[in-house]
Amino acid sequence: MTAKLLGIAAVLLAVCAYTALSSDRFLLVGNIENLVHRTALFGILSIGAAFVIITGGIDLSIGSVVCLVGVLLPYLIVERDWSPWIVVPTVLAMSVAIGVAHGLLITKMRLQPFVVTLCGLLLYRGIARGITFDQAQGFGVGSKGLRKIATERLPIFGSSPEVFHLPATTMVLVIVAIAAAIFLNRTIYGRYLLALGSNPEAARYSGIRVDRMVILAYVLCATLAGFGGMLFVLDINAAQPSDFGSSYELYAIAAAVLGGCSLRGGEGSILGVLIGAALMVVLSNMINLVHPDYQNIEFAIIGGVILIGVMLDETVRRVVAARRAAARNSAP
Amino acid sequence: MVVAAASSTATSERTPVLEAHRFSKQFAGIRALYDVSLFVERGEVLAIVGENGAGKSTLMKILAGVQRPTSGSLRVDGHAVEFSGVRDALRQGIALIHQELNLAPHLDVATNISLGREPSRFGFIKRAEAERQARKYLDAVGLDVSPRTIVSSLPIGKQQLVEIAKALSTNARVLIMDEPTSSLSQFESQKLFEVIRELRSRGVSILYVSHRLGEVQDLADRVVVLRDGQYVGGLSRGEIDRQRMVSLMVGRNLSQFYHRIPHAPGAEVLRVSDLRVPTNPRHAVTFSLRAGEIVGIAGLVGAGRSELLTTLFGVTPATRGTLTLGDQTRPPRSVPEAIAAGLMLVPEDRRLTGLLTAMNVKRNLSVASLRRDQRIGFLNRSAERQISTAMIRLLRIKASAEQVAATLSGGNQQKVVLGKWLAMDPKVLLLDEPTRGIDVGAKEEIYQLLHELAGRGVAILFASSEMEEVQGLADRVLVMHEGRIAGELSRSEMSETSIMKLATG
Repeated sequence: MTAKLLGIAAVLLAVCAYTALSSDRFLLVGNIENLVHRTALFGILSIGAAFVIITGGIDLSIGSVVCLVGVLLPYLIVERDWSPWIVVPTVLAMSVAIGVAHGLLITKMRLQPFVVTLCGLLLYRGIARGITFDQAQGFGVGSKGLRKIATERLPIFGSSPEVFHLPATTMVLVIVAIAAAIFLNRTIYGRYLLALGSNPEAARYSGIRVDRMVILAYVLCATLAGFGGMLFVLDINAAQPSDFGSSYELYAIAAAVLGGCSLRGGEGSILGVLIGAALMVVLSNMINLVHPDYQNIEFAIIGGVILIGVMLDETVRRVVAARRAAARNSAP
Repeated sequence: MVVAAASSTATSERTPVLEAHRFSKQFAGIRALYDVSLFVERGEVLAIVGENGAGKSTLMKILAGVQRPTSGSLRVDGHAVEFSGVRDALRQGIALIHQELNLAPHLDVATNISLGREPSRFGFIKRAEAERQARKYLDAVGLDVSPRTIVSSLPIGKQQLVEIAKALSTNARVLIMDEPTSSLSQFESQKLFEVIRELRSRGVSILYVSHRLGEVQDLADRVVVLRDGQYVGGLSRGEIDRQRMVSLMVGRNLSQFYHRIPHAPGAEVLRVSDLRVPTNPRHAVTFSLRAGEIVGIAGLVGAGRSELLTTLFGVTPATRGTLTLGDQTRPPRSVPEAIAAGLMLVPEDRRLTGLLTAMNVKRNLSVASLRRDQRIGFLNRSAERQISTAMIRLLRIKASAEQVAATLSGGNQQKVVLGKWLAMDPKVLLLDEPTRGIDVGAKEEIYQLLHELAGRGVAILFASSEMEEVQGLADRVLVMHEGRIAGELSRSEMSETSIMKLATG
């Protein structure tokens, strides 16, 4: 696991170094702040995705949940004039409900996670577009207080505009990440998630209530997606229902996979996921800064990097396994 | 004996259709078949019998081209051949009828019969021709159904005949049948035997694998007996009887392997009343276990031993019946409930259902006790460490706590699965094939441990296909046949013959 973390961290550093050498704008305070901020937002989604991937599942609906929450939050506050004190709990409860629905369909109806969340992907975006008649939603100049959670830059190195200000979202991410890491590594439920990802049948034969744990994983994922969607819209102040959050699930899944969550389940570290999320953000930034004319093929570049990463990972795994087997056979 | 078999083929005046010479097969270091030779004449039924794991299926698979032998040679009509796949075998006229039928259930009979060899013109299937051919082969097996019938709408016995028709349509001269009657009714079996006799009279050779010695006695022209992957004897027409087959199948002396520790059983701890297992709901199972007793479940493959154990453990809920454990009487519903009541299962397939293969030894040992030892939802890491250290020492697991379970030897893996439950202080321990695929040393240690557990009052119920194990370990044995308990034998009544008699029905 540690070797894997070092590997992905090294890739991140390499991409950073390359970009810094190729573009003098990379190390500008504003750019760094922006990178940290975006890493925080995508990190939250990726942690959610990681919980599902650890159990051997997949959630393709993350981007659409981001969209639905991101659209409903300003819509209910601005168009419907609801109090934010009601809207925020409502959209979060809706995210939880979405997760419960996914989990129930997967465990009780025995549907494929891929199919269930693919339908979710189509469904939630469609609903978001329907409710708003496809009109962009935003807070205008209102909800300043609420928006601070996503837009505030904390003057940790003094208030001079030239120095680095810590985006408030970073604090949010740190809290979410620490809670997630404690949950995964220090509670029996986290262990159960890892166990059922490792071998669901053996987990069942060990007395783990597998169905409940799977539902829990999808609830965590959808809830963090909803929470992330809230932060995204508070930050950007505008959500176009037709493309808000579009393909974010792919960034989240990619970050989780790069961070060491095997798609076969049973593995995962929260720190790895965060580094994975940072890598996704920096890669995108690199293309913007160094090769702006390649922006059209951003997905292709990201896809290629992930593929290479996963191939390297599999190769390393095989080499290690082969060595272990050889060592075992040569032992008396 | 092997040499004798080989020389008898040489003296036979006719050339056998099929002749296997000194076949051996190794799987990952395990010897499934060793130096087996046999031949089949044109138009004869050769039965192959043996206990579970005797190597029958492996031999059949090699003859049908499904697997390749590690060594040995094959002759068809006196010519040396080598099969690199099922297609090669089919080309030589050798077809395997699988135990689980290999038909496409949603397609019709004609399509199934001509599957992969459809009569066609310019890539279009000549449907009428396919149906005409299908009818011809359906007649050959005496099956009166339309070629347009969807296969899944036919009863299993008729599906089997479709499979045979399909094999004949490939011009098969040797049909290999692996337990063909295992899912047939009495009537369907009789029908099948008629077809087999008819085929034999037309010169088709049949290799017939069955556990049902009665059938073999009725049907076979010759019998070959395998044991532990080796040829142990052959019987010709006049010599075939049940006694002879059983004694060849089991004929070995109990080793000095089992140091029995006599234990006086205590009070009844488990009573199973009128339990109906979902896979076999027609038969109710009733029995009880006493503290400190070791009870074996014997039976042939498919007798329902594993299903009984997994139902007791709550993996598959029972359709009816109750389980009385201590002062509670309830239907077995879920695994956590069973564990809470002190009933635990070491399952048959370690890699599939026993071990968290990607996790380390410590996490495997502690997984069942995490809930009990939790501190308001948090892992109790010192308890986890203690369990791991204690179990590694107690069970003499030759691995570190941090080693990944998948990398352990079979014996150590089985000890880890056992250790997981020992940490939970079981009252009743169920074990399915407790020593399958593990080496002799670890076997002995596990037997030793089971005796110790019984000595401490744990009731032990184990299912095993190894006669030797059942007799060596059990205080009494429940023999299962087709989902029900066909009989119970006390230690003094237990013999391989008495067990086989009950198990073959």
